Amino acid sequence: MSEAARERILGRLREAHPESAPGSNFDVLARKQWPPEARYPRLRFQMEVVRAEFLEATDADWPGVLRKFLAAEKLSTVLYGPGTVAAERLEASWPADEGPRLLPYDRPIEAGNAKRQLFDEIDAGFTTTRGGIAETGGLILWPTPAEPRLLSLVPPMHVALLDTRAIYNTFWEAMRVEGWASRMPANALLISGPSKTADIEQTLAYGVHGPKRLVVVAIRP
Amino acid sequence: MSVEARPHRFRTAATSALKDPDLRANFRRAMDGLIAKRAAQFSDPAEWREMRNLGASIRARSLAKLPSLLERLEANCTKNGIQVRWAETTEEANGIVLEILRSCGATRVVKGKSMVSEEMHLNEFLEEHGVESVESDLGEYIIQLDGETPSHIIMPAIHKNRQQIARLLGEKIRGARYTEDIDELTGIARRVLRKKFLEADAGISGVNFAVAETGTLCLVENEGNGRMSTHVPPVHIALMGLEKVVETLEDVPALYSLLTRSATGQSITTYFNMITRPRTEGEKDGPFAVYLVILDNGRSRIAQDPQLSATLRCIRCGACMNHCPVYTRVGGHAYEATYPGPIGKILTPQTEGVGARHDLVEASSLCGACGEVCPVGIPIPELIVRLRREAAQPSRDSTVRGAGTGRGRAETFAWWLWERAHRRPLLYRLLGFAATRLRRFIPGRLPVLAAWTSARSTPRPAPRTLHELARRGGVAGE
Amino acid sequence: MAAPDVPIEGRPAAVYYYGTCLVDLFYPEAGLAGIRLLEREGVRVVFPQDQTCCGQPAYNSGYASEARAVARAQIERFPKPYPIVVPSGSCAAMMKRHYPTLFEGDPFRPRAEEFASRIHELTSFLVNVLRVRLADRGRPARVTWHSSCHALREMEIVGEPGALLAQLANVEVVPLSRESECCGFGGTFAVRHPEISAAMVEDKAADVVATGAPTLLSGDSGCLLNIAGRLEATGHRVRPLHIAEFLWERTRER
Repeated sequence: MSEAARERILGRLREAHPESAPGSNFDVLARKQWPPEARYPRLRFQMEVVRAEFLEATDADWPGVLRKFLAAEKLSTVLYGPGTVAAERLEASWPADEGPRLLPYDRPIEAGNAKRQLFDEIDAGFTTTRGGIAETGGLILWPTPAEPRLLSLVPPMHVALLDTRAIYNTFWEAMRVEGWASRMPANALLISGPSKTADIEQTLAYGVHGPKRLVVVAIRP
Repeated sequence: MSVEARPHRFRTAATSALKDPDLRANFRRAMDGLIAKRAAQFSDPAEWREMRNLGASIRARSLAKLPSLLERLEANCTKNGIQVRWAETTEEANGIVLEILRSCGATRVVKGKSMVSEEMHLNEFLEEHGVESVESDLGEYIIQLDGETPSHIIMPAIHKNRQQIARLLGEKIRGARYTEDIDELTGIARRVLRKKFLEADAGISGVNFAVAETGTLCLVENEGNGRMSTHVPPVHIALMGLEKVVETLEDVPALYSLLTRSATGQSITTYFNMITRPRTEGEKDGPFAVYLVILDNGRSRIAQDPQLSATLRCIRCGACMNHCPVYTRVGGHAYEATYPGPIGKILTPQTEGVGARHDLVEASSLCGACGEVCPVGIPIPELIVRLRREAAQPSRDSTVRGAGTGRGRAETFAWWLWERAHRRPLLYRLLGFAATRLRRFIPGRLPVLAAWTSARSTPRPAPRTLHELARRGGVAGE
Repeated sequence: MAAPDVPIEGRPAAVYYYGTCLVDLFYPEAGLAGIRLLEREGVRVVFPQDQTCCGQPAYNSGYASEARAVARAQIERFPKPYPIVVPSGSCAAMMKRHYPTLFEGDPFRPRAEEFASRIHELTSFLVNVLRVRLADRGRPARVTWHSSCHALREMEIVGEPGALLAQLANVEVVPLSRESECCGFGGTFAVRHPEISAAMVEDKAADVVATGAPTLLSGDSGCLLNIAGRLEATGHRVRPLHIAEFLWERTRER
């Protein structure tokens, strides 16, 4: 059925079309630029408008800043993806016996009751990011085997580590500079805030399905 | 699907919608808000023009290369492990979805928002075949609970106010108490739907853009239900209209920006989800299998007309309906079509027939607000006029469905008379003379003017025409 | 101020005037006022007596062959290379924007295009070509302004009417809320979908009344006829007036 349908559909489309069309002028995107020092404030402002929260830290002290925050929030479980440089820093600095427990996302979601635990027992998910976008705000994430897709989605809080030196002007610039087209990952994401909806009377409500809070740990020089 | 030709169905439905003060208030409030938010996003007219030109050029190029881009998309998806299926009709598409679900033993499905699935009436179809299919977008979930269809393509439950939604959730959800607090209402839905995501055997989603160059499916959303539907269950089925393909990855950011700014006045949505492969070696989550169903449902026919093919540029932002003075007053359900508002007025008659849905083609004052805000430059008013022409006086080799079936005898005669009167200057002036001299004899209620005088006084000609005033006032005639 | 319909250098000595069928029958005084405004600027105005209607009603209804026949009859009555001034954004848009499409594939098309290139809407012509300076002789007045959809979106006439009114020292323009929303006229739309059209004009009339201004101005007689009919039917005393008539009445020497 599908094969015959395919031939008929493509046949009709081929009848109609010249296959040639003028190219596009992307100048309007190329002109959207901010000086490097202005990008993080712009990103932060845009994301705070949609209720993302920010913690500022340095490369040296961010695990401590994060731990203090999570403890102050009285969270008991934080899920993270082992195997990244950031994960090693977390593991090395995390006290075993006090504050929130640091749990590794280290088995497939189908294993045992991992899925149910992820949905019901985890307070926060920690991920790294590839960078951010100054124009609109937003974090760039490429989930990996080490940092699975659901880390940033299922727990009620998503904590994301952002290196403020990795903020691009625009989404368009990010994908060009990094050459995405030749190396797209299984899943790539932009995330700009906590999950939200305006489906009831155009009124914003947060945390409809995904994280109710997005906390960005911004590493500043 | 056979379409019943009821040429006045829109007028009938619209008339009853106009009598519902709640409905009118709900739409007016929502549309005024959306108009203001969009305007704030495009406050720089030069940037808007450039962005729109870029968006229009990307979509026009995608359509010009449609067959080869679809083949390229298919090849790249296949290479990435995404299985591609083609459907000419919605029946075929439903059949494909069911076959996939059966092959993996799925009986519980969660759905992200997809207008193509609305075209297919997929939920009813799946329920009939023993598959539970739950909408997870909050608006879609609300209307599914109430057995309704979306009244807006972006905000499906926009016709309901919070009291109506509070009553609905209070009645339909076990253990939910009546509340008008929007955060609490949202919380009730979260509780129910997270359980559905956890238990689902398969997830179904739409596609906002499909990238031929990389074989990537892009989904735009705020709620996270789209990510839940495409990342949590072991199987993901994506449904797309064949026009959704774009050539390169680089084409995506501009369209994404135009979409969110036009639709809800957001500079960016909460999530932009780009899916290129099912779960790969070593990944701990994500679906094991991803399917892409490419639906035609009349689109390849629309593509054959060089002018009307612009209909397929649409990126489903809904700005045309937000700005439409007709839609704002009657709401989405009156259109009795998957796509309401101006885009529906050009799309539905092309898929169902210009005669069968002539009422929609006529339902425009041609004010141009839709064309003005369209982020990809679809000349909607021009296409409405073109379809009116195809209905009455089809062009040679017309590929429009139902071309020539919208021509009434009385109307044809009326325009014949009109032409005679306006082609002959002497006759025209004589009629003008008669109308001005008989002005006092025009009764307050005239049957031919009933439509006009239902809300307005009878128009009365002036005592003398401009032709006369000009001649008497010494204005040169040549 | 966008002036896409103004390719003319300097002041023309003579212009054609295209009155439009609605002005002809319902607002002839406005039509004449437009002629006087042009003449006062030293321009000779020619009003071909054989003009009738631009053909828009048939064109917009899909009856292109009837529209074409009528359009051709108009084009043939305006042979000299004078600019053609129209006291209506809607009819001007029909002739300027849609005539070329109407004659697509027709040997007559070059003439239609040449004709289209000479079309100017009245307020735009007064502001951008004649650069008129108006001296207000009227008493203090408050007015509100409804821009027609076709003037705004097809002729891109955005600031011209306001620029003319701003020259009148004693006139205060009270902004209309949702100024750019359609009044619901739409030609045959008002007949095809009278219920929706009525709902639109009800809202528009209510917005007009809410301004408190005793006079409503517009540059298109279709909108005027529609809104005036609604205001009259509901007993409101707002006076609807074509902008040409208003300008002439306030600035003419008596």
